[in-house]
Amino acid sequence: MSTAGLHFLDKSRIVAPPTWSRWLIPPAALSVHLAIGQAYAWSVFKPPLESSLDLSGTASALPFQIAIVMLGLSAAFGGTTVERKGPRWAMFVSMTCFSSGFLLASLGMFLEQYWLVVFGYGFVGGIGLGIGYISPVSTLIKWFPDRPGMATGIAIMGFGGGALIASPWSAQMLESFGTDTGGVAQTFLVHGVVYAVFMSFGVLLVRVPAPDWRPAGWTPADVAARPLVTTANVSANSAIRTPQFWCLWVVLCMNVTAGIGILEKAAPMITSFFADTSTPVAASAAAGFVALLSLCNMLGRITWSSTSDIIGRKNIYRVYLGFGALLYLTIALSKDASKPLFIVCAMLILSFYGGGFATIPAYLKDLFGTFQVGAIHGRLLTAWSLAGVLGPLIINGVADAQEEAGKTGPALYTLSMYIMICLLAIGFIANELVRPVNSKYHEPPESVREQETVQPTTSAAGKGDGQ
Amino acid sequence: MTKEQERADHIPLKVVAWLWVGLPFAYGGYELIRKVTQLFTG
Repeated sequence: MSTAGLHFLDKSRIVAPPTWSRWLIPPAALSVHLAIGQAYAWSVFKPPLESSLDLSGTASALPFQIAIVMLGLSAAFGGTTVERKGPRWAMFVSMTCFSSGFLLASLGMFLEQYWLVVFGYGFVGGIGLGIGYISPVSTLIKWFPDRPGMATGIAIMGFGGGALIASPWSAQMLESFGTDTGGVAQTFLVHGVVYAVFMSFGVLLVRVPAPDWRPAGWTPADVAARPLVTTANVSANSAIRTPQFWCLWVVLCMNVTAGIGILEKAAPMITSFFADTSTPVAASAAAGFVALLSLCNMLGRITWSSTSDIIGRKNIYRVYLGFGALLYLTIALSKDASKPLFIVCAMLILSFYGGGFATIPAYLKDLFGTFQVGAIHGRLLTAWSLAGVLGPLIINGVADAQEEAGKTGPALYTLSMYIMICLLAIGFIANELVRPVNSKYHEPPESVREQETVQPTTSAAGKGDGQ
Repeated sequence: MTKEQERADHIPLKVVAWLWVGLPFAYGGYELIRKVTQLFTG
């Protein structure tokens, strides 16, 4: 960082002293992920935007859609800069963009200029989402080389949890300030300020371990003995030339497509499935079903990701994709025979969806090493962008076509279930094709050491407390 | 200051850090559980 006043963001200024506890890093990561996870609660703002600015449903969704596109793009293209500049710089950029996005959106509402809302929240805020999403990944993996799945699972669970916090909080604020342009503007303003303060804590708290730091009692040989886990390192530019990267890209894309489809149509799906039975599902119960799936999505992130540290990454994706396909088959075959069976299957599918997101950074670390794992993860997230379009497109397209054909109940979704099974099977095959990365892609150790070496401000070498 | 003392100094920071993220999370979780109960009572 060349700007004198911003030296505190330098990677060299945040090398942890030997006594620093690594358990301070997950809350630092969570303070960013819980904030940016707000994006999935954008739907709370749609009705007031539509009524106050006379917008269509499509127009009111635009800030969210652009934000998600920008998330993918900034994660993909900003990854190597994030690796070079370090997590504090990345979290600061994320905080600045995300909060500024809300402030610009607030100004847009005060001036009744919707383009400013779209630009602020969507474009500027979206950059904050992408940089923030990848900012703690590589740092967490370096602090928890013995439990990378659990560490990244905590952070990525936070992204799921962010919407759970923002949704009721934003709704209550709109109730207080009102749903006219002034009320929405004030709500955006408070969001921008509160999220800036909340994320700043993570910016100040985050530290990187010294290059030779290891958890007490742990050596790299402990994990290197496991299949597919390497102690070598691959750069982000080399990683995208390997078949392993594209296998994992397909795995993530298929897993997310299958989960997002059911998540997006959860309420109408459960209502339609049991409409012709003796116990139809009321609207309030359908809302409860959606909330239950969100809970499973969140808990799956930490539970399955931590489990992958024990049973291995390839095995856990066999469960997500193989068992996930069987669950879809169970729903398709049982139709409206059993509501509890439908609910349990959907819960597991959504937990696998969350688990797929949370486990992928650890899978990348196993295959490509820790050197530029954040940047590689950023590039892999383009699979999420495609899946975000593909999943809803399949479920909605098939349901609409079946409805036009005069079908009702489970028949609206049965074909979609079989399509999802095929997609999961493709993902399963891609996972089976994953092999250790050819050594020709490995970076020379001295080059990695040179690029990773930072000058600590305190004596930072040695073993940490490992607590 | 010994390493043990420095480690002990981090305990209040750890408590504050986890409360900082834990309290909003608990609020979100509470609101979510309230909605989930509608599935069984709605």
